[in-house]
Amino acid sequence: MNGVHDMGGMHGLGPVAPEGEAAPFHEVWEGRVHALTLASPSRGNIDSGRHQRELIPGADYLRMSYYEKWFTSLVAMLLKGAMVTEQEVHTGRRDPASPKSTPHLLAAAVTAVQTRPASYEREVTVAPQFQPGDSVRTLNINPTGHTRLPRYARGRTGVVERHYGAHVLPDSHAHGMGEAPTWLYSVRFEARELWGPEANSRDSVRLDLWETYLERA
Amino acid sequence: MAHDHHDHDHEQAPPSDIALRVKALESLLVEKGLVDAAALDAIVDYYENRVGPRNGARVVAKAWTDPAYRVRLLSDATAAIAELDFSGRQGEHMVAVENGPDVHNVVVCTLCSCYPWPVLGLPPVWYKSAPYRSRVVIDPRGVLAEFGTVLPEETEVRVWDSTAEVRYLVIPERPAGTEGMTEAELAAHVTRDGMIGTTRL
Repeated sequence: MNGVHDMGGMHGLGPVAPEGEAAPFHEVWEGRVHALTLASPSRGNIDSGRHQRELIPGADYLRMSYYEKWFTSLVAMLLKGAMVTEQEVHTGRRDPASPKSTPHLLAAAVTAVQTRPASYEREVTVAPQFQPGDSVRTLNINPTGHTRLPRYARGRTGVVERHYGAHVLPDSHAHGMGEAPTWLYSVRFEARELWGPEANSRDSVRLDLWETYLERA
Repeated sequence: MAHDHHDHDHEQAPPSDIALRVKALESLLVEKGLVDAAALDAIVDYYENRVGPRNGARVVAKAWTDPAYRVRLLSDATAAIAELDFSGRQGEHMVAVENGPDVHNVVVCTLCSCYPWPVLGLPPVWYKSAPYRSRVVIDPRGVLAEFGTVLPEETEVRVWDSTAEVRYLVIPERPAGTEGMTEAELAAHVTRDGMIGTTRL
C-alpha cells in the first residue's frame, strides 16, 4: 500500500538524531511491548505484523513513537484474532465468561525460540528467470495490500547482483494467502536512475526484490 | 541499571498514559492465560543483555585478524556468524558487506525497521525513525555528514535497503594504528554505527 511507512526519498521529515549505544528500551513499557508482541499467540506472521503497522493512519504513524506503533498494532491483531474483546481491552479485566488459555511460550523456552534460526528460504521447482548481471526493470505496481517494493524503486532499471534463493513472498504471506515462495534477488540501482542527474554518479542503492516485482529490461 | 533509573523516575512522576495502557494489556493477557509474565521478563532480559553490538564487534574483530574467517564471512555470513554462536530471529539470512578505501556501505530499512538482531541487538531510535529512513537513500552523503562522516567525492557509496529477510552487517575498515592489537582489544574499537555504516572507525 502507498502509505507513509513507504518513506524512502521523502524530504521534510526532520533531522536525524544520532544516539550512543544506550540500552535498547528507553522506558520499561517499551520492553514490555516488545516482549508482548513476541510472546503473544495472536502474532500472525512477520509480514502480517508489518502490514498491521502500515495500516495505522498516516498522521498517527508519523506522530507515534516506534513502540506506540507496535502497541497499537498488537492490540489490533489481538482483537482481529478474537483473543481479546474491546470490552476487555477497555477495562483491563478478563471477561469471566471467556475461556482461560495456557501460554504457548514459557520462560524456559525463550532463549531457544529467540536463537533458533527459522529460515524464510524455501525449495521451489521453477527455475529462476534472472541471473547475476541481468538488467531488470521493476514493475509500476500500486497494490493496496502489503508489498516490499518501495515507491521510489518502481518502474526503474537496475542490475541483478546476487541471487538469494526462493523466499516467502510478503505480498501473499501478509494476507494469509500462503507463503508463495518466489525467487529473491539483490538488485543494484544507480543513484541517478532513482533520483536524477543531481545524484552522485558513483553512488547506488541495492534492494532485495522478489521476481514478481521484476521484468527483463 | 537503566530500569532502576526509570523506575526511580516513575516514583517522581505519575506513569504516562501509554505505560498504563501497556500494563493493563499485560495484566489482561496474563489473566487470560495468553502470555506468561516470566516469559516476558525473559524476553526483555534477552534483548537487553544477550544481543547487542558487542556481538557484531566480535565478528568484525575476528574478520580483521583471521583471513580465512573473513573469507567465510563474506561468502556465507549466516554460517560464519553462527561459528561465534550468534543466530536466530532477524539474523536468519545474513550478508556481510565490506568497506574499503574506495567503497562505503550503509544499511537502512526504508519500509520499517529491519535490523540484524543477533549481531547488533535492537536498532537505535534514529534507525527506526522517519528522518533516517526517508533521507539516507536519496542523500546518503548528507545523512552521513550528520554523523560526522564526510566522505570524499570519489568514494563510492552503496546504500542497502533491507526490503526482504536478508540482514546486512557492514565490516568497517580496520583503523590505522591498531596493528598488534588482540581480537578483544580490536572489538572494543568497533562501534554499532560503524557496523550500520553511518560512521567510519
